[in-house]
Amino acid sequence: MDNNQFLSDWGLTIMVFLPLAGALVMLLIPRTEEHLHRTLALVITLATAGVGAAVLADFDYGASETLQFVVNKPWIDVINARYAIGIDGLSVPLIGLTLLIMPLCIIYSWNHFPEPRNPKAFLILLLVLHTGMLGTFVAQDLILFFVFFEVVLLPMYFLIGVWGGEQRQYASIKFFLFTLFGSALMIVSFLALFFVTGGETFVIPDLIRLVPESDISRTTMLLIFGGMFLGFGIKVPMFPFHTWLPDAHTQAPTVGSVILAAILLKLGTYGFIRVAIPILPEAAVSWAPWIGGLAVIGIIYGALACLAQTDMKRLIAFSSVSHMGFTMLGIATLTDFGLNAAVMGMVAHGLITGMLFFLAGSVKERYHTLDIKRLGGILLKAPRMGWILGFTAMASLGLPGLAGFWGEFPAILSSYQPAPGLSEVTFRVYMVVAAVGTVFAAGYLLWLYQRTAFGTPTDEFVDADIPDVTFPEWIAWVPMLVLILVIGIYPNLVFHVTDGQMTAVADWVAAMGS
Amino acid sequence: MLDYAWIIPLLPAASFFLILFFGKKLPRKGSEIGIAAVGIAFALALATNVSWWDHVDNPPAGHETEQEAVVEGESAAVATPAQEGGDEAVAEEEEHTVEPVTQEVTWFENGGHDIKVGMLLDGPAVMMLLVVTAVSLLVHIYSTDYVGGDRRYTHFFAFLSLFTASMLGLVIAKSTLQLLVMWELVGVCSFVLIGHWWEEKANSDAALKAFITNRVGDVGLIIGVIILFWSVGSFDIIETNVAALDGTVAHSTLLIASCCLIAAVMSKSGQFILHTWLPDAMAGPTPVSALIHAATMVVAGIYMVARLYAVFFEGLSIGTSSVNLLAIVGGVTVLGGAGLAFVQNDIKKVLAYSTVSQLGYMVMALGIGAWTAALFHLFTHAFFKACLFLGSGSVSHAVHSFDMRKDMGGLKKWMPQTFWTFAIASAALIGIFPLAGFWSKDEILAGANQLGGSGHYTVFMIIGIVGAFMTAAYMTRTIWYTFFGEFRGHGHPHESGPRIVIPLWILAAAGATAGLVNLPSALSPDSTALRFEHFFEPKGNYFPAVNFSHPEFSLAIAVGSTIIGLAGVTLAYLWYFRGLGPHGITERNRLARGGYTVLVNKYYFDVLYTDIIVADVKGPIARSVYWFNQNVIDAVVNGCGQFATVLGRFTYERIDQQVVDGAVNGSAAAAEEGGQIFRQLTSGKVQQYGALLFGAAAIFAGAIILFV
Repeated sequence: MDNNQFLSDWGLTIMVFLPLAGALVMLLIPRTEEHLHRTLALVITLATAGVGAAVLADFDYGASETLQFVVNKPWIDVINARYAIGIDGLSVPLIGLTLLIMPLCIIYSWNHFPEPRNPKAFLILLLVLHTGMLGTFVAQDLILFFVFFEVVLLPMYFLIGVWGGEQRQYASIKFFLFTLFGSALMIVSFLALFFVTGGETFVIPDLIRLVPESDISRTTMLLIFGGMFLGFGIKVPMFPFHTWLPDAHTQAPTVGSVILAAILLKLGTYGFIRVAIPILPEAAVSWAPWIGGLAVIGIIYGALACLAQTDMKRLIAFSSVSHMGFTMLGIATLTDFGLNAAVMGMVAHGLITGMLFFLAGSVKERYHTLDIKRLGGILLKAPRMGWILGFTAMASLGLPGLAGFWGEFPAILSSYQPAPGLSEVTFRVYMVVAAVGTVFAAGYLLWLYQRTAFGTPTDEFVDADIPDVTFPEWIAWVPMLVLILVIGIYPNLVFHVTDGQMTAVADWVAAMGS
Repeated sequence: MLDYAWIIPLLPAASFFLILFFGKKLPRKGSEIGIAAVGIAFALALATNVSWWDHVDNPPAGHETEQEAVVEGESAAVATPAQEGGDEAVAEEEEHTVEPVTQEVTWFENGGHDIKVGMLLDGPAVMMLLVVTAVSLLVHIYSTDYVGGDRRYTHFFAFLSLFTASMLGLVIAKSTLQLLVMWELVGVCSFVLIGHWWEEKANSDAALKAFITNRVGDVGLIIGVIILFWSVGSFDIIETNVAALDGTVAHSTLLIASCCLIAAVMSKSGQFILHTWLPDAMAGPTPVSALIHAATMVVAGIYMVARLYAVFFEGLSIGTSSVNLLAIVGGVTVLGGAGLAFVQNDIKKVLAYSTVSQLGYMVMALGIGAWTAALFHLFTHAFFKACLFLGSGSVSHAVHSFDMRKDMGGLKKWMPQTFWTFAIASAALIGIFPLAGFWSKDEILAGANQLGGSGHYTVFMIIGIVGAFMTAAYMTRTIWYTFFGEFRGHGHPHESGPRIVIPLWILAAAGATAGLVNLPSALSPDSTALRFEHFFEPKGNYFPAVNFSHPEFSLAIAVGSTIIGLAGVTLAYLWYFRGLGPHGITERNRLARGGYTVLVNKYYFDVLYTDIIVADVKGPIARSVYWFNQNVIDAVVNGCGQFATVLGRFTYERIDQQVVDGAVNGSAAAAEEGGQIFRQLTSGKVQQYGALLFGAAAIFAGAIILFV
């Protein structure tokens, strides 16, 4: 009993700040102790995962729509900002994903830190990132949410800017400023929201309650939502705010790309479901057709851009634009099906695209190039890696029986019957466009696979020594591959967790929005 | 056994993983696991069939009262169903409903919908279980010889297992969603197996073409399933059919849904105009062509229509209106496919186009309301077409080529077993009495003659008869080129081994006799007549039985179509074997030359799809989108960035140099010296950044509130 009390009071806080504490400890250790740093970082992420697992095990999945493990303490009294945290059915899958991906990233980097090495700084940045991401997923106060949201920015900026590829400086500054631009508008919206509701609180559940009681003009709501839309939409990223993404992904070190794709992009979609939609359901209904429209444009546009790529990593980056379009389409329908699909899409995209970036990193390490024309015959040189690439490409194109399908299909399904107040005709057009997008997805992924894995190696690599999957790679990849398969076969693992909360959000929108 | 039939697909599924992980270490490289799994699955499917026949004849006692109530209700509504001339016992049985056996568990919950996965076992499912496991088992045995020594032997068997599992899963699918999942899984197995020898670009091209063409059709499937889900409120196939029949779903909705689903049929079952992938799919190993691209996977589209027949029946008003999309698609395919079969030199391509054409018969039959005839043809076709494909594989095993005109000829002498099985299966395909194809094709023709009110479907009967003529002619041509004349290849061809020949004989025997399971009642005692219809046609409120009639056997059509088929054989015999007729007409006559060119170019569909649509999307369209991305959208972003930098520098140099150290400049400098900024930020700049951001944000927020 005492244990449980301790867990529910402190579990989340420990989980969130353990990586940061670990980072501080590592600051004190000299940089030459590389092995110690590696071990320590792994132990910290595993311990974090352990604490997280204890919390998630204690989570009441029958009541996933209620906020659990709530802590609500005064923080910055001057502006009524509170240290309010808690988790529900929306946070749980994403926290689980974060807890899983981080140790895998550290294992993957075990023996090959990107140039200019310096494992100490690299790992410390990863740990800070870890805290930022977990914090965003537990925060229930807008200021706290914003702080964590921004904390994520800096370590990623340095990961790209220091450990990235040739154009790392351009890519990192673009990433930083673009996202900061969105954040600035987002905080404007948060503050505006604070003022129009009487300046009482930033706590999200309170705001959800207060907004309908306050007398806010429709235009104000639309503007506030618009600010959030830009803040979150840039992070997703939605067309036409996506151009930071291919550069950031292409230049980032492998682990940076993996984290960026697997978790960072989800902060945007998460923000929509956690903050923007429940607080401003009425504005959400007005914005939804536009969001849905941009989402389906993104699906087709991203896919076409993929077909034009000559670089494998850049292609995967553009595929994110396309895939996140499905997630945003699900969100735009504002229905239980659509929101469930969106969360599933986040998890699936995190696993699958994260996996694709891992593979791209490993290909780059072996071939020293990602130029699709120069690759070929990976299946002959490194058969296991070739097969894993094939499996992941199939997952990415939304093959039923693998996780990606359950993010795409319900999103398409839900747009046939969007929330009350939304135009059925518009969304049915979106449905058809999105369904056509699945053809394009098959096109660019299989074409990529044909050019890289099928056929015979190009002349320059015929005699090259290309090692197959290594031991650290197996450890890092197997959990992701297994999860892609297991979720694909039994999607209820995710839907069961999210359904209660997503139904509650959809009901709330249906009740308030129209 | 009926309650446990869901085990059948799980066996090959387990075998897939076992072969994948342990296959290479086993003495027979994993093939033994595959054969064992499919062998047991076949035995279980047989047991399921026996139990099902018993279930049909002796419905379980528990349901008796319930059923009688249903029957009474139905016969009251229908008035006396026309049973004149029929035997009393048969008549009694016809009125019984046969409850399908179902099992289900929760798959996932979503928005208050509890979505199930499960098994729906009724007549067509039971029949398909038998066909799939039987052909799969024979193909497995055949493959141990045919792909023996292949570098990816283990992998080949693993995917045969996965295919069998997915196909069986499709067969017993209880919901449309489950059907969709399995539908794509069989597609991916087809992709992997077509591209089995992916070192050659032609093979991987064929694999991609198959997968992507099928994806195009899948758009229709996805949308169709979605429309049905929202109008019925469930993915369940029985509920969907019931809702379609009792008028819960508007006719227009059903019409749109069926048209969407027809797109899926067109791609999966090789119907015009999405058929082009199927002939290319012959790039895969021949056993794959036999199993996947002739006997089982390609009939998934037909099976899907048969499964959701109430939707199509009501949506397309089958039986009341004269023509509908399904029948047209089938009819066009019958003739279009048969025409192309004439100009092929590759023996497998002849068979592929023949498959396209025969699938057209099945789709056409479904389109005119001859449900049983369509499934009966599916049943017989599976055997003789698998036999033909495996026969062509046996031939190529001997001559190392598929080119009939260059590398074959005279093989009758060298390969008698292959020749005779091939000849029997060809005769069955052509529809020579009393082989299987005769009975099933005849039933389709009779259906086209009798159904659809007063002769509305006659045009489809004519199509069917013309198709039969063409089939007879091109099969004769194939046999001539392959087995007669002089041997044109190299080396000494020899008969294949027992693991190839025995499956051939079994399939040939099945192809010869399969027709006897549905003898017309006019020709046979009642205890043996129409057994197929009796056991496998669903009888219940989810099947459009009320206004459903069966074509009667018609001696005129049977004799007529046989004569026309024989005429096709004779003409081709005279042309090829005897060298009669205007040979070389395609060079002399302009019209003939034009027609020949169109056929050789496959009606230019590939030009349209590959060279125009796909090439443009991949090339100019994709490139211009990317150009737009880099030079328009990104230019705006970069422009903003440059403007901000200039502005920042200006602010820094001219205005704020002494006051604030320049947050804007700070972030610009960060681009140049990442490490330095890191130190700066840790030494107090964070607060500045935070304070500035919050300050600016508060001002903007105030502006929103004040001015809006």
